[in-house]
Amino acid sequence: MSDAVHDNHATGELARGAGHASLRGYLTGFILSVILTAIPFWLVMSGVLNSKIATELAITTLAVAQITVHMVYFLHMNTRSENGWSIMALVFTLMLVVIALIGSLWIIYHLNANMLPGGDMSQMP
Amino acid sequence: MALTAAGGNATAETPVFCLAVEHEHAAGGSTLLGFWIYLMSDCLLFAALFATYGVLGGSYAAGPAPKDVFELPVVAVNTSMLLLSSITYGFAMLATYRGRVGATQGWLVVTALFGAAFVGIELHEFAHMIHVGATPQRSAFLSAFFALVGTHGLHVTVGLIWMATLMLQVGRRGLIPDNVRRLACLSMFWHFLDVIWIGVFTFVYLGGMLR
Repeated sequence: MSDAVHDNHATGELARGAGHASLRGYLTGFILSVILTAIPFWLVMSGVLNSKIATELAITTLAVAQITVHMVYFLHMNTRSENGWSIMALVFTLMLVVIALIGSLWIIYHLNANMLPGGDMSQMP
Repeated sequence: MALTAAGGNATAETPVFCLAVEHEHAAGGSTLLGFWIYLMSDCLLFAALFATYGVLGGSYAAGPAPKDVFELPVVAVNTSMLLLSSITYGFAMLATYRGRVGATQGWLVVTALFGAAFVGIELHEFAHMIHVGATPQRSAFLSAFFALVGTHGLHVTVGLIWMATLMLQVGRRGLIPDNVRRLACLSMFWHFLDVIWIGVFTFVYLGGMLR
């Protein structure tokens, strides 16, 4: 019995991997990635938006979109893989990443804003 | 597979809190989830480096700014190298799941070449920057830049060594379940590095040009 369970489990694992990898999926992901890479480079190199903030927002949005495309089409992320533990780990990690990034930028910006203006430390007593 | 209570007098009403007999797990059955969790911890490492760059990226110490040292066409070529290596690794995995050894090896070679081109172009860029005096010790911006992009490049290099090892393994033993599992792990690692690179080219290179 245990041998049969072993075999089913092992082949099941690989079959699952084979199940959600498909040529169509990879090609869709690749074409979407090329488009989502070309647009931000074009936006920055040509400067068509004439506004730094608008360009920054646009390239950030495109990066998030491309990361999502990679997660879905290349890393085969979905809510069912590994009984939902993969997405659970991902959501937890994203939470920590957002806290680390936004927290650092916010706090240090705040500190910089509160520094003495034009402070030249070598002139201090 | 029935749940049985560890105690002697189990009845239908008795709540069961644990499995008295753990059901069978195949060797390596949880490797992919474990490797995914490793990648998530690696993601936190990169988050720390991105946060550092975000904080220090504007501190030039009167040295070179991103506009002086970055060349976007080179970065665009580098980005396409990594993206192409991602899709060719996907083709290698498709060949693996069909059990075709030759096709798997061929696509792995193509992937490794694209990966090596990426590392080569990046090293060339670093050498150029160091040559014009934009060294890591020049300013906080350059320290943060070399730490972040260098760590990513180091990951890609390790991925290339791993890929060469797997090509040897597949050559010797074929596509046995162990090798398929290893290839699936490297596949996640490789695609994950491409995801990190999206953050690098968007926030370091393109964002740097906007500063």
